[in-house]
Amino acid sequence: MTAAVARLARWEILLGLVLLALLGVGQAMSAVFLTPRNVANLTAALIEVAIMALPLALIVIAGEIDLSVESMVGLACALLGFLWAAGVPLEAGIPIVLVVGALGGLLNGVLVTGFGLPSLVVTIGTLALFRGLALVVLGPQGVSGFPDAFTTFGFGTVPGTPIPWPALVFLPLAVILGVVLHATWIGRQIYAVGKNASAARFSGVRVLRLKLALFVLSGTIAALAGVILTARFASARADVGQGMTLTVVTVVLLGGVNIFGGRGTIPGVVLAALTLAVLGNVLRLGNVSAEIQSIAIGALLVVSVVIPNLAHQVQALYRRVRGGRHLPAGAVGTG
Amino acid sequence: MAEPAVLERPTGWAGRVITLAARQRELTLAGLIVVLAALVALQAPQLLSSSNLAQVTAQASIIGIAAVGQTLVILTRNVDLSVESTIGLVAFVVAEVLAQRMLEPAAAIAFGVGLGLVLGVANGVLVALLNVPSIVATLGTLSIYRGIDFLLAGGKQVTLTDLPPGYTDAARATVVGIPLFFLVAVAIIAAFAVILRQTTFGRQLYAVGSNPEAAAILGIRSRLIVFVAFALCGMLAGVAGVLWGIEFGTINATAATGVVLQVVAACVVGGVNIFGGSGTVVGAGLGALFLGFISNALILLRLSQFWLQAIYGIVILVAVSIDALVTRRLARSTTVRRSFVGAAAAGRARR
Repeated sequence: MTAAVARLARWEILLGLVLLALLGVGQAMSAVFLTPRNVANLTAALIEVAIMALPLALIVIAGEIDLSVESMVGLACALLGFLWAAGVPLEAGIPIVLVVGALGGLLNGVLVTGFGLPSLVVTIGTLALFRGLALVVLGPQGVSGFPDAFTTFGFGTVPGTPIPWPALVFLPLAVILGVVLHATWIGRQIYAVGKNASAARFSGVRVLRLKLALFVLSGTIAALAGVILTARFASARADVGQGMTLTVVTVVLLGGVNIFGGRGTIPGVVLAALTLAVLGNVLRLGNVSAEIQSIAIGALLVVSVVIPNLAHQVQALYRRVRGGRHLPAGAVGTG
Repeated sequence: MAEPAVLERPTGWAGRVITLAARQRELTLAGLIVVLAALVALQAPQLLSSSNLAQVTAQASIIGIAAVGQTLVILTRNVDLSVESTIGLVAFVVAEVLAQRMLEPAAAIAFGVGLGLVLGVANGVLVALLNVPSIVATLGTLSIYRGIDFLLAGGKQVTLTDLPPGYTDAARATVVGIPLFFLVAVAIIAAFAVILRQTTFGRQLYAVGSNPEAAAILGIRSRLIVFVAFALCGMLAGVAGVLWGIEFGTINATAATGVVLQVVAACVVGGVNIFGGSGTVVGAGLGALFLGFISNALILLRLSQFWLQAIYGIVILVAVSIDALVTRRLARSTTVRRSFVGAAAAGRARR
């Protein structure tokens, strides 16, 4: 256990160092880097991804995955636009969208826990389904003309500070989920389920109900991210959020969450989101095209898994050489 | 694959019909395609026109060939999400090479297939050698390969007029009345059906997917098998990419975006078990044809194409749900204790 904590701590310290280095590079490249305006830009660019990464981290720690979040963002955006165009005020539209997000999450959760289907395939299915519904709801057109108060929330900052309004959604959410994961029995159950679902079940953890709740949470938060994205773009389209899943999953895994479940921390995920935001900003300052940025994110995703894997293998090899203990070889890439 | 004979509990005719239909997946699917086509043809007789059938089969063939590769990967309990980027990248590179007159068409096609193989090998190295879970590895390469595509294309596109005259005629070519693409797809499906049934490699692929521990005890080199599956998947995606270029003629960096959903849908509809270890390439090919007819029916019946994406999603969910129900029914009807099944399912749920 202490070893695991030590390893996690090392991962987060490593991330923190990378973040500091990137900040240094950014500062050296441009004098405007740490100005309030650029900090606001930097945070705004990845805020929805960071918000969605929080519940996804819990799902991955519990041994599942949710690839459908990007389509839920699109569905939330399209539905909000549709309702607004139909004359429904935002005070009613936003709650409806959040409920739809919860229902979408419930669908994922029921298929995974009730039917015993792998979350990977279920959420590939709903990835298509939610995007399709978004297209059906709104079609190819865009909706704009949202009230000023709403769009200001999207790209304005808290007066007198460089903090964008959406950050006021992200920070409390990160604190709440961090406390729940690291300081309550719910968090301990999430780790237990991720490490060994059967053992957790026999210890009295309601595995299925816990996973169901996590999927509902993920769907709701993704819908919330869709609302924020709509406010930030000041327009609603059915195709927003495409490709977002890659970045969200990258943030989660870069944050040190183990893809096989059972390991990971919220502070790590927050650090990873910051690191990715700063990296994107530095690349943009260096006039690196969006295409290379997507290559960089993809490479980062792979590397963030390869490095711990290699470290683990080296460690296992070292133990075997030293102790002569034969460690069972893990099954190759099971899904 | 031959299913083991299992004693069944009498569970009502509906349950038995579903079980039977799911076990004879290929036959059921072929029947469904015929019924669907007949129903649509009543409303829109042009479905059966040769030009329409040629178009349906051309696109289904491309998806079907990619689905054969995906089947190999899914059989080993993995998944390859990067196929669409491989298809897009190969389609663009082949078109660009031809537009620049750097290679003759035949050499360019071989180059495209080879490029697909290289991209597949890269996935195989990540998954089988570096132990990266396939979902992570191929989500990464999905974005990396697409990024390379954008870098090479740089916003421009290769149009029909840039290509050597006659190159895209193959898309509408027929051999004794049968579209060439369809014959290519059938040949590939037949070849891999034989490989999976008759060769050591094929049987080992099923063994690795259905029980990795037992396969390891038997001395099967599962890493090598997984590696080869990914390499072949990339190669077949390369073939699909070449055909994509011929079919559409005009290619930019966004070619084949979103196609992975169709490829995976074709596999699961075709009865390839997502838990690995069971399924056939014939099923995957029929799955692609089924999806092709659905898409075509929407157009002919003048329904909104926007429904297509939602229908693919529903089709995936329904197909995997039926699979899970049948698997459970079969498991229950054998003498295996339910608690054991529950534990096994819980173990599987951890991916």
